Amino acid sequence: MQIHISPSDGVPIYQQIVNQIKYLVAAGRLPAGEELSPIRVLAEQLLVNPNTVARAYRELETAGIVEKRRTAGTYVSDQGSPLARRERVKILTGRIDALLAEAQHMDVALDEVLKLVQQRYAAMESTRTEE
Amino acid sequence: MHESFPSSAPPILELNRVTRRFGTKTALDDISLTVPRGGVFGLIGGNGAGKTTIIKHIMGMLKAQSGSVRVFGLDPVQNPVGTLGRIGYLAEDRDLPNWMRVGELMRYTQAFYSNWDAVYAEELREAFDLDINARIKNLSRGQRARAGLLIALAHRPELLVLDEPLSGLDPVVRRDILGAIIRTIADEGRTVLFSSHLLDEVERVADRVAIIHQGRILLTAPMDEIKETHRRMTLRFGQPHDRPPSLIGTLSFEGHGGEWTYICNGESSQLRRAADAIGATVVGDAALSLDEIFMSRILS
Repeated sequence: MQIHISPSDGVPIYQQIVNQIKYLVAAGRLPAGEELSPIRVLAEQLLVNPNTVARAYRELETAGIVEKRRTAGTYVSDQGSPLARRERVKILTGRIDALLAEAQHMDVALDEVLKLVQQRYAAMESTRTEE
Repeated sequence: MHESFPSSAPPILELNRVTRRFGTKTALDDISLTVPRGGVFGLIGGNGAGKTTIIKHIMGMLKAQSGSVRVFGLDPVQNPVGTLGRIGYLAEDRDLPNWMRVGELMRYTQAFYSNWDAVYAEELREAFDLDINARIKNLSRGQRARAGLLIALAHRPELLVLDEPLSGLDPVVRRDILGAIIRTIADEGRTVLFSSHLLDEVERVADRVAIIHQGRILLTAPMDEIKETHRRMTLRFGQPHDRPPSLIGTLSFEGHGGEWTYICNGESSQLRRAADAIGATVVGDAALSLDEIFMSRILS
């Protein structure tokens, strides 16, 4: 877990931890089911008060990004964090906009584009089952 | 780990209206300070602010000329046995017996504490990379600090008092000492009081701070609260002003004409409403580092 703390930044330290873990989850560098560093370990690594790390983990838990499991560990949530999902949708939206703009440019109707998308999906699925 | 900090337990340390003069100089001027059990309390202030004098009162090395000092509910001057045995102390000058070897220092210190943990002491010695046969007088500054911390920690004290534990050390040793402080915080029920003028480090580890300036306490509060209630607000006004229009909670300001930046004591929402009320547009609203808060407090 690559986190960097800068007290001179002004942003409260727990908030810096929250922001950076959110980013790592959205970027896929902390995948669902991955265990976060234990509080004491991260506190020593970042040289911050363990209570500060505990507070950051609580905030992430409230936001549904991580969850506590029976054995005291904290894990990235399974149901794909809402944030990571939003990020993914954002990326795809950009691609779709580009595709639609190109289709319009080449005078291909929306029905045809959708049909093409489904065809390509079917083709991809069939090659995958063959493997 | 203390999920419920601050605890409702009685304070571990209480200074009530303590005043101390050295000749004509007033070192402490009517100081009242309460340190709750658990967590890390940072005493911050410049050189000569009174930090060490406060600590010497806690350690019973100075007697309050007026007011009272209570450690674990006891007067440390009248009851040194009941207090000192439960405190781990690292002095600012790290005054260690130069003629001893590290191993001798450990055995010597052990004799003073009934609850000295020899296994833990040995673990610390290895973690701090201290040679058991090295003479104290030959240790580097960093090694001296580590040796001092070792003997402060090895009896697992309820209260750890560190006077400027990080000053004069290179960044590598500072990391070490800070790491050791962080490890000890996690121990059940431990309270750490440390003084420092290195505010980045204080911001990293303290739950609560007191700002000391010229023998007075300017502010004492939980770190989170201090961070939430100090903002840098930049305001734009419809027409230029020679002086900044007054904004509640202003500690300092800079700017000219139609744009002024204020360092304020207040929460963001509250300050935004106040800015609105004086007809200004908020163009900047940022959190401050402890260093910036400290500077604006002692200069205002």
